[in-house]
Amino acid sequence: MAERLIELRDISKSYGQVYALGGVNLSVDRGEVVGLIGDNGAGKSTLIKILSGVVKPTSGEILIRGQPVTGWSAARSRDAGIETVFQDRALAVQQTIVRNIFMGRELTGFLGWLKVNKEIEEASRLMREIGFTSKVFTPQSIVGQLSGGERQGVAIARAIYKQADLIILDEPTTALSLTETAKVFHFVRQVRASGRSILFIGHNIHHVFDIADRFVVLDRGKVALTADRSQVKSAEDLINFMEDVAHPGGLPGLHDAGDPEQRAR
Amino acid sequence: MSKTMEPDLHEPSAGISRPGNPRKEWKHPSDHWMRGFILDNRAALGTLAVFVVMMTVFMIANPTVFTTWYLYSSVLTTLPVALFVVVPLVFVVTCGEIDLSFPATMGFASWVFALVVQSGYDPFLGIAAAIATGTLLGFLVGSLVVYGGLSSLIATLGMNFLLRGLIQIINEGKSTALTSLADSWAYKIFSSQLYGIPVQIFWAIGFVVLSALLYNRHRFGAQVKVVGDNPDSAQQMGIDVKRVRVKVFVFVGIGAAIAGTFSVMINFTWWPTAGDGYLLPVLASVFVGGTPTWGGVGTVVGGAIGAVTVSFIQTGVVAAGLSGFYVQFFNGLIIILSLLGHKWNQARYR
Repeated sequence: MAERLIELRDISKSYGQVYALGGVNLSVDRGEVVGLIGDNGAGKSTLIKILSGVVKPTSGEILIRGQPVTGWSAARSRDAGIETVFQDRALAVQQTIVRNIFMGRELTGFLGWLKVNKEIEEASRLMREIGFTSKVFTPQSIVGQLSGGERQGVAIARAIYKQADLIILDEPTTALSLTETAKVFHFVRQVRASGRSILFIGHNIHHVFDIADRFVVLDRGKVALTADRSQVKSAEDLINFMEDVAHPGGLPGLHDAGDPEQRAR
Repeated sequence: MSKTMEPDLHEPSAGISRPGNPRKEWKHPSDHWMRGFILDNRAALGTLAVFVVMMTVFMIANPTVFTTWYLYSSVLTTLPVALFVVVPLVFVVTCGEIDLSFPATMGFASWVFALVVQSGYDPFLGIAAAIATGTLLGFLVGSLVVYGGLSSLIATLGMNFLLRGLIQIINEGKSTALTSLADSWAYKIFSSQLYGIPVQIFWAIGFVVLSALLYNRHRFGAQVKVVGDNPDSAQQMGIDVKRVRVKVFVFVGIGAAIAGTFSVMINFTWWPTAGDGYLLPVLASVFVGGTPTWGGVGTVVGGAIGAVTVSFIQTGVVAAGLSGFYVQFFNGLIIILSLLGHKWNQARYR
């Protein structure tokens, strides 16, 4: 069995009286692509914000490579080898591509002075690596001048700079064209081939089905299903299951993956 | 995603350079150093243009006064005081905040300086005490805004009144004369003249250059810009947004302390109103200099040129033979024209 990279144990998060997550268990192994699916308000965003350290869980435990973490924060998460491509891309649009790629991780030398030339060099290398070549912009172009797909490229370049072990992609294909979506898929396969892991969050179940090795369905703050790819025959299976979870007793659900019907009730 | 596995750009290209050379692909209009320089510094250059036009008008209006050194010497004596606060304020505005408490910080820190010197200690000790006071006050104001979650516009305005009130209550409006300063080493180093040029300006230029490097070539400047641009993203990328915000207020506190001390050394006297007159000219300088109000971008050098412009308006209008009544009018005119110019000159990306 592959090395367990990250494990969430019984994670809960409540905002006042409202429960966003109620005891979620989730794990990602090395070299695995996990697809996280769920309806709006299922708690997907809260879950990845907890993983990326932006939000602190109300209760529960986070383990990185088997070790429980303390003092979890965005900086700690990045240091632990978790990079997140947020849904809104988290870019500072008035800054250059270089400044965005090295946001919060500036390459500095003596007394915090920037290694400007090294940053530009590394940025253009990253841009080439993800097939991000154009006559129109350089690493020193302003992000605000780029198209949506190109901005996504900057966010991805930032995520791969440190050879992170786990890359979280939050709705990476939303608002992208077909070719841009294909690029994202190609990127996911590249990362998996290099032995690193991806947590792929998607609205579009067909997209997630195409790319993931394992599926986790979140419903109203709880994990409704965990299934390996071999256990799910088609994307329609997943869709049926999700409908079944949303409307219990309506449609026939899945019969594998640890009796999900029981939990759906 | 086409995986472009083209040869490394930094490899010397073997043989003849073909037109389809990958190096060529990365050529950008701004790669030419002149165009790049102009594009990167358009705000500062615009401010410089405003300044040059203004000075030309003044010189045509009264050539005799504007070719005498005395006029420039007097501007160069007072300008440094403004520069020490304009530059940190560029950082604050870039960070998406504003600080209106710096006049009171100037007054407070220079008061500490005056007290130390009056008690017979060395002025260097007074300067150190003043800077410590400014740092502390900056930290206090910054913490109030950042950790108290207050609007910086209102909270710093309140702190300005509060600190100034404190100074006035304790001093009851009385000033402190510091005649002993004239013989001190500190005065020679920080406030005398070198070949007829007031030395303050050299210190101020050094401060501007160091700050410009801090702004453009240091992690601090990079994080200030990112926080001002998109604080949520900065936080998601692990930047301690609150800490960066407090730091810019501390920077203003330090700048205000230096400015207050310099103004006392020029006059040999500390007034309880020290720093009060700087509020509006300094703020005007920041925006005349081309730093926009919305945060994320700005220019330190532009702010400095803005300060030069603003301090020449006052001297220039009077020297050009117009009455002092015209000063405010021209102040306003230059501010409005500069803002219109910058609006046309810079694009705002969202």
